[in-house]
Amino acid sequence: MTEPGGGGDVAGSIGRRRFLGYVLAAPTLVTAAELGVASAAGAQPAAAPRVADLLDLTDLMTVATLPTAGLIAVEVHADGTASFALPRAEVGQGITTSTAMLIAEELSLPLDRIRVTLADARPELVFNQLTGGSNTTHATYRPIRVAAAIARQRLLAAASAELGSPAGELTLSAGVVTDRAGRGVELGVLAVRAASDRSEPVTVELAARESFTVIGRPHNRVDALDAVTGRKKFAMDLAVPNALPTMVCRPPTINGTVNSVANLAEVAAMPGVTDVVVIGTGVAVRARTFGQCVDGVRALRVSWKAGTAAGKSDETVLRELAAAELPLGLLPPLTPTVEGRFTFHFRGNSALEPNCAIADVRADRAEIWSALKSPIVARQSIAARIGLPLNRVTVHVTEGGGSFGRKLFFDAALEAAEVSKKIGKPVKLMWHRADDTRQGRTHPMATSRVRMSYLGDAVLGYQQRHTSVSTDLGHGLGEIITAFAAQLPVGDIGFAETFFLLSQEQSYRFGVSSQLLSETDKGFNTGSTRNVYSPDVTTARELIVDQLAARMGSDPHDFRRRFLRADRAKAVLAKVAEVGQWGRAMPAGTAQGIAFHAEYKSVSAALVEIDCRPETVNRPIRDGVGGPRVTKVVFAVDVGLAVNPRGLEAQMMGGVMDGIALALTSSLHLRDGYFLEASWDNYFYTRQWNTPLDLRIIIMPDTSEDPGGAGELSVAASMAAVACAYGRATGTMPTTFPINHGTLSFEPKPTVPPVPASPTDGRDHAS
Amino acid sequence: MPEHTFRVNGEQVTVTVEDDVRLLWVLRDILGITGPKYGCGINVCRACTSHLNGRAVSPCSIPVGDLEPTDEVTTIEGLAATVDEDLHPMQRAWLDHDVAQCGYCQPGQIMAAVALVRRVTEEGRSITDADLDGLRNICRCGTYPRIRDAIRDGAARM
Ligand code: FES
Ligand code: FES
Repeated sequence: MTEPGGGGDVAGSIGRRRFLGYVLAAPTLVTAAELGVASAAGAQPAAAPRVADLLDLTDLMTVATLPTAGLIAVEVHADGTASFALPRAEVGQGITTSTAMLIAEELSLPLDRIRVTLADARPELVFNQLTGGSNTTHATYRPIRVAAAIARQRLLAAASAELGSPAGELTLSAGVVTDRAGRGVELGVLAVRAASDRSEPVTVELAARESFTVIGRPHNRVDALDAVTGRKKFAMDLAVPNALPTMVCRPPTINGTVNSVANLAEVAAMPGVTDVVVIGTGVAVRARTFGQCVDGVRALRVSWKAGTAAGKSDETVLRELAAAELPLGLLPPLTPTVEGRFTFHFRGNSALEPNCAIADVRADRAEIWSALKSPIVARQSIAARIGLPLNRVTVHVTEGGGSFGRKLFFDAALEAAEVSKKIGKPVKLMWHRADDTRQGRTHPMATSRVRMSYLGDAVLGYQQRHTSVSTDLGHGLGEIITAFAAQLPVGDIGFAETFFLLSQEQSYRFGVSSQLLSETDKGFNTGSTRNVYSPDVTTARELIVDQLAARMGSDPHDFRRRFLRADRAKAVLAKVAEVGQWGRAMPAGTAQGIAFHAEYKSVSAALVEIDCRPETVNRPIRDGVGGPRVTKVVFAVDVGLAVNPRGLEAQMMGGVMDGIALALTSSLHLRDGYFLEASWDNYFYTRQWNTPLDLRIIIMPDTSEDPGGAGELSVAASMAAVACAYGRATGTMPTTFPINHGTLSFEPKPTVPPVPASPTDGRDHAS
Repeated sequence: MPEHTFRVNGEQVTVTVEDDVRLLWVLRDILGITGPKYGCGINVCRACTSHLNGRAVSPCSIPVGDLEPTDEVTTIEGLAATVDEDLHPMQRAWLDHDVAQCGYCQPGQIMAAVALVRRVTEEGRSITDADLDGLRNICRCGTYPRIRDAIRDGAARM
C-alpha cells in the first residue's frame, strides 16, 4: 500500500527547514502541529474545520481544553515529563517507541520521561487516524517534530527570562536548561512558565539531521518491560466492571445466519452462564468464565441458514477467478516471450490475539474498548448499529496483540456492542481461535499472470494481470484512496483498482509495462494480511524474471542489477549479493534465490538459501509441517531515513517470517463453504522449526530526509526470494502457493459444534 | 460448587468454581491474573504457558479440579520472585535482545524458555538448535530469531 498523498511537502512547511505549528492555551506548555497527510492530499473534506478557522475562535478556553481539530499536540508537564497521544494503533510495530524518539530528539529529554499513549477515536482527525499502509512514521514524522521543536523554543525562551541569559547561550539537556554560568532550571518549572494563555501560530526550525542524537540510533522498545513481565494490558486483560466473558456460537459455513435455536433456555441454565442471545452472526453466550462460554457454545443446538460462500470450494473459486481474468494483451506478441500463471490460495490473517472487544452499551450511551486501527469508522458504524448518536459513543483504542490487517476491521467491536445492547449488560467478547480462523478475515485467493517479451538481450514489455477475490477495503482506507484518486490521471475506476495501481511500482526498465487488477466474488471476509497485493504480485514477477534471465543466459542477480532503474535499488541488491555470497557453490537439492521489491518510498532485497533435500523436507515434526527449510536469509532495506534501526530490523524480521510462511506452508483450504483450518495446529504459520538459523538484516545508510514505510515492506521480497530459491533448488518453477497447499497435513476439526473442547490432559504434558 | 485450593505465585488461593473449568480461565477470569494469554484453548499455541511445580504446562488444558493444595502454579507475574529478583535473568535477556513486538505471545515464550533451560541443565548439557526448533510457542509477529538469541543468552545467565 502506498500512503495516501504523503508526498514530501507536509502542510506547514515554510522554506527549507522552517515549519508552522502552534502553541495552545493551557495551564502548562502545550504545542501542536497539523497532521499533514489529508491536506497534502487535498482530501480534507469541507466539513472538517481547518486550523486557520479554529485559531480565529475567540473562545480560547474551548481551544485549550478540547482536542483541537486536525492537530496533534505535545504536552510538557509540571513534573518535567512530556506526553503525546498518538492517533494511531500500536499493534506491535513499535510506533510508540519511534514517536517517543522523535520527541526526545527535539526536546533533548530522556525517553523514560516521555509518555506516548494511544488516542481515543477523534472524529475531527477524519482520515488521519487510520493505521494502515505502513504510513505511520511517514505521516507523523514532521508534525510530531514540529510540535516538539516549538516546545523546545518556548522552554528556552522562558528559561532565558528566568536566568537573564540570551536563549542562544542556553543548553537543554536531560530535562534541565543551563546557562554558561552553570545555573539551571528544571523543565517542569519551565513547563508552567512557558504556558500560553492564548493559542497562536508559531514558526520553528527543526534540528538538522547532522545534529541528531536520538533519531537514527537503535533503541529498545519503550513497552518492552511491560511485555516481558505480563503487565502489558490487551483488551481482554482490562477489568471493566461486570463485563463478563462472552463467546459466539457460529455457523458451520462462512457467514451463515441463525434459523432457530432448539435449546436456548437449557444452555442459559448451564453452570456459570448468565445470558444466551441470538445476534446477527450467531448465538452469544455470556458466562462467568470463557471456559463456560465454550461449554455453552458447544451445547447449543442451532439450525443455520446458508452463508455467502455456500457450496464453494477451492476449485469453484479458481474457476471464478479464471473467468474474471483480463487478457494479457490484445494481440499476440511478435517477439519471443516468457510467461507464467501463478495461484495464491486463501491465507488467514489472524493475529495471535483473536478478534475481541469490550462493550458497555446503556440506553443513552456506550463505551467500547478494542485494538482498532480505524477507530473513527468503527465508532460511526457502532453508533449506527446500536442506534445512538455519535457523541454518545466512546471508543477506547487499546494495545493490540498483532494486526497484519485484521485490526483495520472491527468485527468483534460491532458484535460486542450488539450483544451488550441486547442483554443490557457489559460484555467482554472474544472469538474462539476456531472462529477467528474459519470466520475471520482472510487474504483473498488470487491468480497472477505475467508475460515478458524480449528480443536479443533487450526486454520489450512487461504485462501482469492480477485477478483476485474482492478485498474488503471498507474500513476507511477506501475513503482515503477514493479521495486521493480524484487527483490521479487514472479515470473513473474503483478504489481497489486505484489502490492496486498506487501500490505497484515498476522498478525495472522493462519497456512497455502494464499491471492491471480485476476482482470477483464479494462473498468472503477478506482484508490485507501484512499487505494486500504486493507479496503475490512480486513473487509472480520475480519468478518470471528468473525465467527470462535463464532464457537470456544471464545470472539472476546480474540480470536484475542491469534492469533496475534506481541507484538505491541496485545498492540493496548488490548488498545482499555481497553479504550472502551470491553464487557460492551449494549441494544438490539446495539453492539460493534473490528478489527485489520497492514500496512505500522504500527499497528492499532478499537473498535466501533453501534446503529441499528429502531428509530435510521429511524431517519429523509432531502436529506441524516441516517441508523445505529456509536456512539463511540476508535482507537489505533502505527506508530513506531509519528513525529506529532496531525497531526497523524487528519489522523486517517479522516480514521475513511471513514471507517464508506464504511461500511454503500457510494457507486455508476452502471446502463446501467453509475453511478446513480451525487452529494453529492446522494453519501453518512459520514456527521455530521453519525459522532460518542464519538471518541477517542490513539497514542501508539513509538516502532521504524522510522516513518511508516499513510495517509490511519485507514480506514481498522474502516470499519472492524463497519461491525463486525453491525453483532453483528443485529445478521446477513453483506456480501454486504455498507450495504444500496440495497436501492436507491435518485432520479437519468438526464444524458442529463450531469450537473444539479444551483438552484435560495438560498435566501429562508438563515439560 | 466445589472449592479448589492451590498455590499461585507463592500464595495459597481458594476458588469456588466447577471442577472442569480450565486453569487458564480460573487465573484470568476469576483471579484476575492476565499474564497468561489465550491463543487457542487446545494446547497448541502455548500463549498461556505457565509453570506447574516448575515445569511448563498449558493451563488452558488443565481442569482446576486436577490441582492439589500443594501444587505451585507460577505465571509470568511470579517468575522473577522465583529467583528473588525484580526480573528473572531470562526476562533481562529478553529486554537486552528487544524481543517483544506486540508482546502477546511473550509471557508464554519466556515461561517456555525458562522451563527448557531448566530441563536441558538437568540433563547436563547446553541448548542446541534442535532444542530451539522443538519450542512450539507461536509468535505471529515473527520474533523467532530474537527469541533464539535471547534464550541462549538467558541460559548463560541462569
Ligand atoms: S491457549 Fe493454551 S496453548 Fe493456546
Ligand atoms: S510478539 Fe506478537 S505474537 Fe509474538
